[in-house]
Amino acid sequence: MAESKLTAQQQAAYWEKTRGLMLVILAAWFVFSFLIHFWAPQLNTIRILGFPLGYYMAAQGSLIAFVLMCVWNARAQNRIDREFGVQDE
Amino acid sequence: MAAIQGGFLANLGRVYAIYTGAFVGFTIFIGILELFGVPNRILGYLFIFLTLGVYALIGWLARTAEVNEYYVAGRVVPAFYNGMATGADWMSAASFIGMAGSLYFGGYGGLAFVLGWTGGYVLVSILMAPYLRKFGQFTVPDFFSARYGGNLARGLAVIVLITASFTYVVAQIVGVGIITARFLDIGFQVACFVGLIGILLCSMLGGMKAVTWTQVAQYIILIIAYLIPVVVLSAKVTGVPIPQIMYGQALEKIEAFEKTFGVAQPYASAFTDARGNYSPTAMWNFFALILCLMVGTASLPHILMRYFTTPSVKQARDSVAWSLFFIFLLYFTAPAYAAFAKLEVYQNVIGQPIAKLPAWVASWGSIGLVGACDTAQAAVNFALCKGVTGNGDGILQLSEFRLHTDAVVLATPEIAGLPYVISGLVAAGGLAAALSTADGLLLAIANALSHDIYYKMIDPNADTKRRLIISRVLLALVAVVAAYVAGTLGADILFLVSWAFSIAAAGLFAGLVLGIWWKRAGDAAGVWGIVVGFGLCMFFLITTEFYGPWVKANLSWLGDINIVKIRGRDVAYIWGINNISVGIFGIPAAFLAMLVAGWVSKPASAEMQDFIDSIRIPAGSVRNAEAAH
Repeated sequence: MAESKLTAQQQAAYWEKTRGLMLVILAAWFVFSFLIHFWAPQLNTIRILGFPLGYYMAAQGSLIAFVLMCVWNARAQNRIDREFGVQDE
Repeated sequence: MAAIQGGFLANLGRVYAIYTGAFVGFTIFIGILELFGVPNRILGYLFIFLTLGVYALIGWLARTAEVNEYYVAGRVVPAFYNGMATGADWMSAASFIGMAGSLYFGGYGGLAFVLGWTGGYVLVSILMAPYLRKFGQFTVPDFFSARYGGNLARGLAVIVLITASFTYVVAQIVGVGIITARFLDIGFQVACFVGLIGILLCSMLGGMKAVTWTQVAQYIILIIAYLIPVVVLSAKVTGVPIPQIMYGQALEKIEAFEKTFGVAQPYASAFTDARGNYSPTAMWNFFALILCLMVGTASLPHILMRYFTTPSVKQARDSVAWSLFFIFLLYFTAPAYAAFAKLEVYQNVIGQPIAKLPAWVASWGSIGLVGACDTAQAAVNFALCKGVTGNGDGILQLSEFRLHTDAVVLATPEIAGLPYVISGLVAAGGLAAALSTADGLLLAIANALSHDIYYKMIDPNADTKRRLIISRVLLALVAVVAAYVAGTLGADILFLVSWAFSIAAAGLFAGLVLGIWWKRAGDAAGVWGIVVGFGLCMFFLITTEFYGPWVKANLSWLGDINIVKIRGRDVAYIWGINNISVGIFGIPAAFLAMLVAGWVSKPASAEMQDFIDSIRIPAGSVRNAEAAH
């Protein structure tokens, strides 16, 4: 593999963008893992297709969000990699 | 072999499509045999031995004498297939058999497992998988050694890895034993060793390469086996074969039944105690367990090492998304499984005259998984009825009905009135789930012993042949010890598995994350992180479990401590937290120790910081990987 030709400045800029993406997704992860479930008893009073909403979010809603977060991370990071020309394939 | 290997990789899609078709054809063939009156026992044998045979065949075809193939499958596994393999590696007997059962009994509380065992992949994706892949060595302790100054950190990481993985693998072999014992009609201890042969056949000769391609095959079987019964059940109850959408209706009907039966704690109610009142303790336990399971996901070496096998950093990231998607398919179905099973029981079992109960009540009752305990004599037919006094009115009340957790998944095909071939299919799926996880775990342990301890710490000059022989011998040894422990102890699967997550989370997570994301962290920080996190976690785990009264007498300055009688012991719950979530003490302690040690001691050297810079970007080579040595 060719040696990467990033200057120290480019490396810092690359990492700042990568870290920004990580923090945004980490925040989304926190919301769907913990925050919304604090209100599960209140959400449960709303019913959609028979599902109490609080139950639905823990059984299915958050799971869909997790899958989307992983896809989002893969795509957004690929864009950052290409922007700096450091993609490995 | 190289030519065949190339041919195989180029045709992966076709190979596994043919395999899936053959498996479906085989299942239909068994169904026809059943129509012609072949006894159930023979059908069970066919399912178990045929699938074991296929795994063994793949294991033999993938045998290898190359270190790179043995440890990381030659780093040629495409993201999609690595996702499937990770799915099988991940979903164990606890997920396949245990989870729907916990949901059946726990209702909303059981969803902590569903959330905890999926959300961790987000952490794997954003915090570590791509960087560990770029690092590009063989094991997780390799990373600790390179990052935190050599063999002390490596040795500590190996200790955590072995403690967590061994606890986990014992639980898997118990799962293999339960299924094999039931469908082959042999004793539990013997069954543990029969299952062991299946495990070793997959992994001995081909290491990671063989385990990878077997796990893909096992994923296909386990997902088919999990989905079919619940799809049929959904079609039968609601008329639409999409259980994941339709079980909302089942939840509504369950609620209506609960009102007639006078159940105090509604099924879908969140954070309630047995009387149905809002309970903060239930809520904190729910979140503590989720945190431990998620952080544990991102720390368990048998999962992390799967991302060492992809061809590139980009594919490692894609692969995490595929993994979670394949895992999601099973996990978002499990609550539907539980709801339909519960509705079926409420509708067709509770309140029925004893004489009119469906046939499955008797057939699963005879092997002690179901109990209809109306009269005092019921215990003669139903082992589960010991100690239950029914009112003898000839009607089965809710309080007189008993169901074993494991029966929810295993008995659902019969509850739904499906032919026995589906029961055999479910057994094959459960076996695939338990075997694939056991394979991954054993390989992680054996690799840590042979690569990290033997090759890196004892004899760095050992040649390839010797290293691989040692690795295989150790694999077999560890497997035998694990099977022995499983056979003699037997144990609650879910409880052992949760401990494994807490141990891995407390011991390894901080070191992995800060190793990549905090350049300043020096050798001392890494070492102290493991020592404090793992040490504190093990201290609380052992004392609360085995010395509950001592904890209450001596550690009450920590806060509220109460004693709960569980698993035949007096277990101490600190702040009301169930001790399967001991990780919540260890995880923050590890971070704190690393931050303090990192700021007090001298920062990582310039070479080390350059090394970290190089693993942070996908392209280019890894610089100064040996700087610490």
